[in-house]
Amino acid sequence: MDNMRDAVRHFILENFLPGEDAKNLADDTELKESGILDSLSTLKLVTFLEERFGVEFEANDLEAGNLSSIANIERLVESKRAGRS
Amino acid sequence: MSRGYGLAALLEATARRVPGNVAVSVPGGKQLTYAELDTLTSRLRDRLVALGVRPGDRVGLRLHKSIDSVIALFGALKAGAAYVPVDAESPAARGAFILNDCQVRALVTERGLEAALTEELRQLGAAPAVIALDEHEHDVALAGELETRQQADPAPEVPTAEVGPDDLAYILYTSGSTGKPKGVVLTHGNALSFIDWCSEIYQPHEADAFSSHAPFHFDLSILDIYVPVKHGARLVLIGEALGKDPNRLAATIASEGITAWYSTPSILSLLALYGKLDRYDYSRLRIVNFAGEVFPVPQFKTVRAIWTAPRFYNLYGPTETNVCTYYEVPQDDSWKTMDTFPIGLICEPNRGRVVDEEGKDVPLGEPGELVVWGPNVMRGYWNLPEQNSKAFLVDAEGLPWYHTGDIVTQDAQGQYTYRGRRDRMVKRRGYRVELGEIEAGLARHPDIREVAVISVPDAESGVKIAAFISCQAGASLTIVALKKASVQALPPYMIPDVFSVVEALPRTSTNKVDLQALKTRLGGA
Repeated sequence: MDNMRDAVRHFILENFLPGEDAKNLADDTELKESGILDSLSTLKLVTFLEERFGVEFEANDLEAGNLSSIANIERLVESKRAGRS
Repeated sequence: MSRGYGLAALLEATARRVPGNVAVSVPGGKQLTYAELDTLTSRLRDRLVALGVRPGDRVGLRLHKSIDSVIALFGALKAGAAYVPVDAESPAARGAFILNDCQVRALVTERGLEAALTEELRQLGAAPAVIALDEHEHDVALAGELETRQQADPAPEVPTAEVGPDDLAYILYTSGSTGKPKGVVLTHGNALSFIDWCSEIYQPHEADAFSSHAPFHFDLSILDIYVPVKHGARLVLIGEALGKDPNRLAATIASEGITAWYSTPSILSLLALYGKLDRYDYSRLRIVNFAGEVFPVPQFKTVRAIWTAPRFYNLYGPTETNVCTYYEVPQDDSWKTMDTFPIGLICEPNRGRVVDEEGKDVPLGEPGELVVWGPNVMRGYWNLPEQNSKAFLVDAEGLPWYHTGDIVTQDAQGQYTYRGRRDRMVKRRGYRVELGEIEAGLARHPDIREVAVISVPDAESGVKIAAFISCQAGASLTIVALKKASVQALPPYMIPDVFSVVEALPRTSTNKVDLQALKTRLGGA
């Protein structure tokens, strides 16, 4: 499977930052305070993550800083996968 | 002026009639009866008067949705003041501009928002009296705060101010094309005319539970708040976080037994797409109102497929008129063949006309601008005499008809259908957005030399907003940086979807920004 970070990066770039260069969206770029993820884009991202990586999120998974950067998103998805198996 | 008239009097009359009915509740949190709400709002009235608030003054509110925010607005009304709600989620500078523009005498806000806001106000030379609360979506912080102040410095009990139909009730600020928000001044008479109309159409009763999804600075809140208060029904407050979470929202509408829902179509679409509505029992829901933007029929279909029982109403009207036309979606399947819902019939006793650019009535069926006259129509904009004179078409009898700026057609039955805009205003998630306000907000960024903002139709979201930007010499901006700059300068619903950094903006032969060329560029990109 592709690198998860790159898959998430590609999804965010294509859907929420059209035209942006991949190098400007780092693994630790802040996604919430920077306005990249608002309520609607968060819903879209969550749907993408659930479908692409076969995980299911609970409401409290999406709180706090879990979606605040690509690195944190990867950590969240990995932890959901580990919990499931 | 008559005793017992006005919005605060609605609360007082209901509190006398059904003191034990639940007035307001927060899902998973506290609730207040009418007697409790009446008492707390009177204590706040006394405190505001002690702080110097007088009839005709303005009281600013910068609060998240909470029981406190409901108490705050009734407290202001009981003091005879107009309340001015500003968005807690938008930049403090925008809030300060608004509160300074209408010269609020006092301000009720949260401790977490207080410092940034009062600093912005100080820079503008304004220093209203401040009541700051601990933010608590599920509790009532005002009760404790008022009690503490009462111990330290007793505020004498004063009567609720008497008001008349022409007295200000609230000022709602909307996006302004010059880059500055403009205040729509609305009176008790405006509000009560609309509430009476709602009472007629919806026949509300004490067993009803009305949703409050829209923020209080949005005019949808007028129906939400005052219709249940008039009829002794319950107001269910939907906080900002819950309001954006279709999964929890779907559960809440059912578990709270909401009978009358009101929101933008965008939220209904989100509920249908992400809410998994088929999990719940919505048998109590009897009314679904939507307003603020066009509801595409295919998206409506997904909602109607699950919510089969309630009556659906498409409500139309700018803040300046509140709802002024309405359309009930037929209960049979005849709507399925429509491309778009009409905005419907005028809300009587208001009157509408369709006029050309010279203000003459167009032949029936021809497109023209909708102008509206009647008791719903605002008195004017706050402190903007020039815009006021442009906002109204004064007819031969001297009646002022408000220019909606919306192009409509009318059919033989009197129903209007929305066809488009005559200027650069767009609707996004139900909010009015002047593209010029986005341009002005972004242009304040030190690295941006020029900026032009356009909108194009979008199948999914209705409208897509694109910003074209050129940078100052030697500066460069990434799209990530532009997003971030937007968050700091603009309300969330104004942030562009697409950014494009260009060498220079294309110009027409008269040296205006060539917006058409930008639209073509976006379409081809």
